[in-house]
Amino acid sequence: MDSKIDFIKEKSIQIRTLIIKMLAKCGSGHPGGSLSSADIIACLYFEVLNHSAKDQTNTDRDKFHLSKGHGCPALYAALSLCGYFKEEELWKLRTINGLLQGHPTSRIPGINVSSGSLGHGLSIALGMALSGKIDKKDYRVYCLMGDGEMQEGNIWEAAMAAAHYHTDNLCGIVDCNGLQIDGKTDEVMRVEPLADKWLAFGWHVIKCDGHSVAELLDAFSSARNIKDKPVVILARTVKGKGVSFMEGVLKYHGVAPTPEEEATALKELEK
Amino acid sequence: MSKDYARDVYGRTLIELGKKDKRVVVLDADLSGSTRTSLFAAEFPDRFFNLGIAEQNMIATAAGLAASSKIVFASTFAMFATARVLDQIRNSVCYNNLNVKIVATHAGITVGEDGASHQALEDIAILRAIPNMQIIVPSDSEEAKSAVIAAYENDGPFYIRLGRAKVNTIEDKKDFIFKKGYALKDGKDIAIVACGVMVEQALLAADILQSKGISAAVINIHTIKPIDKELIVSIAGKCPKMVVCEEHQVMGGLYSSVCEILANECPIFVEPLGINDEFGRSGTPDSLLEFYGLTADGIVNKCEKILSK
Repeated sequence: MDSKIDFIKEKSIQIRTLIIKMLAKCGSGHPGGSLSSADIIACLYFEVLNHSAKDQTNTDRDKFHLSKGHGCPALYAALSLCGYFKEEELWKLRTINGLLQGHPTSRIPGINVSSGSLGHGLSIALGMALSGKIDKKDYRVYCLMGDGEMQEGNIWEAAMAAAHYHTDNLCGIVDCNGLQIDGKTDEVMRVEPLADKWLAFGWHVIKCDGHSVAELLDAFSSARNIKDKPVVILARTVKGKGVSFMEGVLKYHGVAPTPEEEATALKELEK
Repeated sequence: MSKDYARDVYGRTLIELGKKDKRVVVLDADLSGSTRTSLFAAEFPDRFFNLGIAEQNMIATAAGLAASSKIVFASTFAMFATARVLDQIRNSVCYNNLNVKIVATHAGITVGEDGASHQALEDIAILRAIPNMQIIVPSDSEEAKSAVIAAYENDGPFYIRLGRAKVNTIEDKKDFIFKKGYALKDGKDIAIVACGVMVEQALLAADILQSKGISAAVINIHTIKPIDKELIVSIAGKCPKMVVCEEHQVMGGLYSSVCEILANECPIFVEPLGINDEFGRSGTPDSLLEFYGLTADGIVNKCEKILSK
């Protein structure tokens, strides 16, 4: 178990390193929410998901949808590490001839449906989960959302429907980093108590430390055993996690690191 | 002449498609009785999901199903199937070019008594501007069936616009070919281009005009997007003037589609007959069509006015 955790931790560091490098290179994008999701995405892509870059047309495999599309640098990093596309694509992020758009698109290998406009993702994941139920397939669907995204009404429409249709093959994860563009989520538009809300909507709720690989793996494993209802994992995170000067700093929601900041960040991540 | 609800035919066609193809899944948002998706629901309960009064979720869920190899028909009233869920249609359905077929009923002014809040008069304009979206406005229930089958057979997102009221079956129609309009009647003085319920009115108008010695062509453009550019240019080459009729705002619908082509390819005088930048009101469907001039007489008046210019 320890070697598995160490392996995923190593992958988280690689993901964070790539996030910093690709955003510094293109000079725009969203480091804060990408870094806060890095451990969740590392757990999914290097342990939880049944996926393979070599077998992308196989419809029996698990599905992941990044509803908080602005966090895509973390996903792009994981997909490149898993061989969905070459690492050099990361250096063309957000550029005119690049594959990797500012927000995820379905043209990118490993990505089924685009995202970027917040609030749609849980419905999209619900559609995938219902399709699995119709076809009696065993795949599971994972959907990563932001805590600010909980302000979108569409999320709660999807939450209601997923519980109504008993989609126990659906697992939502909320990256609870507590910040959104205009400030603290508690101050802009309070979403707490999130656990009570999801419970009231008929979901099974698991809370964990979104930067503890062990806790995340436990949460995903318990989620798999819940029958008859969907599960949401409320993962407590820190925006900008892993780069000290970005941690909890609002500015880094949507500001890329300068070359100097990149150097400092990479030095920290190497430790 | 037989008279049918296009939505009855829609429900029955869904059953045929459901029997033929297991990938067909149907969604509704608490209006399944009115849209007639309830017919499919009774036959295939495992492939029907009523998502309640939550249209945004319905459209984005449709995207998720379609991304998992399903062919999804999603229905509610036109008012709630378009503007209300535009972001879901644009970003989740059209951007991914998914097999989501939005079949909306109760479109246009002929919703009648429910009034302006329920009369979708800008739905074509709104959806036409989105890449990948394909739009069909059937003129009767037979054409509605063909439209639903075309949406099933052709990849990508569709919007099919059906009305609430019973519609007369148009006689002597040509076979429905997706993306191809056709002339129901030839003429040389003026062309009347129409879609939806206005096609029948256009035919009646052409008869009246004929009795007055005016030769009017009648063109049915059931596929609004992609539009039959070739046909429109060729009609404009034959008739010096044109009236475009639709149960929709003049801005952004069929009239705009036709003008966008002719302005470039063959500029002639084109007059609109539709709703002029205003909201509707309550009334019976017929009284409303009369009030807004969307009748055979209204078309005749328009034609005579522009011919005398």
